[in-house]
Amino acid sequence: MLILVEELALFYIYILNFLVVYIIVRSISFFLVLIPLHINNSYAQDCEYKLSIQVLDLHDGLPLVNATVEINELDKLGTTDFDGNVVFKNLCTNSYTLNITHEEYESLSLLVNVKKDTYKQIRLEHHLNELEEIMVISNNRNNSRTLFENKISKEVLEDYNSRSLGEVLKTVTGISSLNSGNYLSKPVINGLHSSRVILINNGVRLEDQEWGIEHAPSIDINSIDKISIIKGASALKYAGDAVGGVIIAESSREKLLDTLYGNATTNLQSNGRGGGISTNFTKTNSNGWYYRLQGTLKRMGDFETPNYVMTNTGFSEHNLSLKAGLNRIDHGFDIYYSLFSNYLGILRSSHAHTAIDIINAIENEVPHIIEDFSYDINIPRQKISHNLLKLRGFKNFDFGKLSMRYDFQSNDRKEYDIRRGDRTKPALDLNLQTHSLAFDLESKFQNNSNLKAGILARYQKNFPDPATGVKRIIPDYKKYDFSLYSVYDINLSENWFLEAALRYDFSHIDAYKYYRTSLWEARNYDELFPEFVVEDLGLNTLTNPKFDFHNISSNLGARYSISESENIFINYSMSSRKPNPSELFSEGLHHSSARIEIGDLSFNSEVGHNFSITYDSSNEKSSLTVNAFANIVDDFIYMIPIDLMPTIAGAFPYWEYKQEDAKLFGFDLKYDSQYFTNFFVGHQFSIIKGYERANDKPLINMPPVNLKNQISYNFPELNNLNISLESEYVFKQNEYPNNNFEVFIPTEQTYQLLDTSTPPNAYHLLNFASSIGFKAENGGNYKINLRVENLFNKLYKNYLNRLRYFTHEMGRNILLSVSYNY
Amino acid sequence: MKIFKYALLAIPFLYFSCNDDDDIPEPINEEEVITTMTVTLSASDGSATVVLQTQDLDGDGPNEPIITVSGPLSSATSYSGSIEWLNEMEDPAEVVTEEILEEADEHQVFFSASDGLPLQFVYTAPFDSMGNPVGINFVLAPQNAGDTGSGNLTITLVHEPTKPNDGLDTAGGSIDIQTSFPVTIE
Repeated sequence: MLILVEELALFYIYILNFLVVYIIVRSISFFLVLIPLHINNSYAQDCEYKLSIQVLDLHDGLPLVNATVEINELDKLGTTDFDGNVVFKNLCTNSYTLNITHEEYESLSLLVNVKKDTYKQIRLEHHLNELEEIMVISNNRNNSRTLFENKISKEVLEDYNSRSLGEVLKTVTGISSLNSGNYLSKPVINGLHSSRVILINNGVRLEDQEWGIEHAPSIDINSIDKISIIKGASALKYAGDAVGGVIIAESSREKLLDTLYGNATTNLQSNGRGGGISTNFTKTNSNGWYYRLQGTLKRMGDFETPNYVMTNTGFSEHNLSLKAGLNRIDHGFDIYYSLFSNYLGILRSSHAHTAIDIINAIENEVPHIIEDFSYDINIPRQKISHNLLKLRGFKNFDFGKLSMRYDFQSNDRKEYDIRRGDRTKPALDLNLQTHSLAFDLESKFQNNSNLKAGILARYQKNFPDPATGVKRIIPDYKKYDFSLYSVYDINLSENWFLEAALRYDFSHIDAYKYYRTSLWEARNYDELFPEFVVEDLGLNTLTNPKFDFHNISSNLGARYSISESENIFINYSMSSRKPNPSELFSEGLHHSSARIEIGDLSFNSEVGHNFSITYDSSNEKSSLTVNAFANIVDDFIYMIPIDLMPTIAGAFPYWEYKQEDAKLFGFDLKYDSQYFTNFFVGHQFSIIKGYERANDKPLINMPPVNLKNQISYNFPELNNLNISLESEYVFKQNEYPNNNFEVFIPTEQTYQLLDTSTPPNAYHLLNFASSIGFKAENGGNYKINLRVENLFNKLYKNYLNRLRYFTHEMGRNILLSVSYNY
Repeated sequence: MKIFKYALLAIPFLYFSCNDDDDIPEPINEEEVITTMTVTLSASDGSATVVLQTQDLDGDGPNEPIITVSGPLSSATSYSGSIEWLNEMEDPAEVVTEEILEEADEHQVFFSASDGLPLQFVYTAPFDSMGNPVGINFVLAPQNAGDTGSGNLTITLVHEPTKPNDGLDTAGGSIDIQTSFPVTIE
């Protein structure tokens, strides 16, 4: 391993050297070019020339409207017309630096010699983000990607602005969510979730204790304009441990114009009897300075199933984000701050203690405590706040774009449980602080290839407050990360595009943990890890576990364009994920799941090999995407029940983290088509299977097969009224591990089955959606959305809801939102 | 050469980050744990007191609770019982009984005897503020004087049961303590 690390280090030194030489050579040649031009300058006299510029899209050659063209030396500014043209008059004989910018395209700078009336055609490349979006929308261009990527646009985000991130992501084929109740929802990509799915918020890897199933991502969907889900080579820019995938949430780029724009949204919903308001506005200047403010408030009361109120499921949330900076063509910086905070009620009746409590809950089917509707958020509840501060700067050099980023995150999680005595203090109080510093380089080469490379250092500290009076679930730890990556892509020919990436992650964990001495010995840690012991305190043993992980991740992908509208993407990626603190250190009763959970200090990193192939075809009338994948995961870390453990409170299911080889494979299909002029039909289907490799035992919590169909009709003449009906059929999960136990009921002297494994039945939901837009007098526009979810008020349970033993899902929900864009 | 300038800038930061301010976290005072339940049964006719005890000093650790019964019950007498709960993880041990008494509204002890153990139970004072039973004190007696037998006597402490209730099955709440004691009546 060490040799490999050394070789990698050498490899990077080599790359750095190469860059240095490259920079020197390019700088010299740059000056050589400049000198004669400046000589020219001194002879300039005639000032009657006309410079006509036409700006076109690099790929399809279509003219670009509203591109800004600036002549640096003269401070002259022009905007292209409908044919992409702009004309500057009365120019002298000289060479001028032109800066061409367009909000959806990569900016470009170039030198133009003017000695006579000059016409120059300039082609701009789409922003990467826009490319991805276009891909999904169906208009296939020559994209620089070797893996089909999914994308959620601003429009979809607007339609779902009262939801959580997990709910929005579910609209993408192949993504489901793992819920704890109604609002607390974690994304699941192709069957994988938690530490295996990395979230990037505005370029910053979210560090919010994502390992816990009942920990939802701390992102306000109103603060972002675009979400993409990436799994290919580009994912390695962000993380090497994304065995499931990377979700990138970002706000849109600021325009290089003197303008003010924004949005205000209000929404109301019948289920939960609440709503939210969100607003943002951005002020930009043509000189590049801008700022953006955004805020969201949400408040909901108890949610309701068709038959009863889910007591204590309301929540309140308030979020804020600020961004300001300078965005010039060749340099810029920004500062970004966001605060996400919520206060979330947990179903009152989900507080189970022992196996018998859960048996009773399952038998009753409905919660034990059902009270009248209320807005109160009582115990049990969570209080989360997440602060994120990011500073970023970039400068374009001759060798590429170099950017530097520093970010700080502080995640504060308090969980309040039903406690004895007058204990109103939290039962869990964690503070996770993370500092990161990163340098990224993006270079374009002459031969149609690009190189991205970067280096990152991160420091993280977890502090569980001992004042809770409850044994720490996650111990005090410090973590030091160091990463290097490079991503290279090349356009080999008209049809072939290749991408390769390599990443190295080093991680050092230094933890302090009090183990129960009995457990320390029962697991043989006293013989395996005697060096970790600091002090034996009798009941507990203070230990100082230290670990180093070296992980390599890589990726190789190709795209073959059969024609303009048909592409095949083939990708292999290897991701390595170190065990998270929960998998290493869990020890003891986890109250929110009423089971004893035991981690393992001897775990090594889990390595996923993902093979995927996607066929994508689209034309004006239809689009089809078919994706198949196989994910072979070595040393997959997961939890299985081992036994029942007797305690003074009775028997608890005893779950242990295990490390076994696993395999997952699946298939997603999406087909949209248009009939007549305004009638659309869409279909989405996805199936996934996961097993342990050794014995073909199914993996737990695999999303059931689901099928979504949608019909919609658009009335362009009626203010673009759009009406659609969505059907969602979720099959019963027929493959699941049988983790059931016979539990002895002492009061009845009988055994009863603790059936936490059997999935609930299939269900079919119908949703209605409509939207209409109006132009406001001042140039803005209104959009009104009306949605009815679970139209027929169906009573059902969801396999991927952790609280399904205690409650059904939400009944009918009518949502109304009005948004105003200016 | 900016790249190196930036890299140099990073060094103090890295140093700062890696600068260990090693502080050993303080041990946690595990407040809410109940490690020990002692049921003292005093005979009304003066025969020997019977003590039932369950003790699990490592809490949710792997060691099983140790259950002890000091001797057989007499079929000729009734017993007045009282329960004491302790948290022996704290030093000195915390008497949890007081806390439970303070929250009598939210707690109830349930008693049950298996077939072959002809016992009856009656709740005695203290009652909660609504006059509902708590079960810290109770009277235990053979169903008929002279009944003998053996089986399990199960004592269950429930947090937040519905009160009043018809027994453990319908009381809801969550179980704090549940222990079966092997008991004989002679």
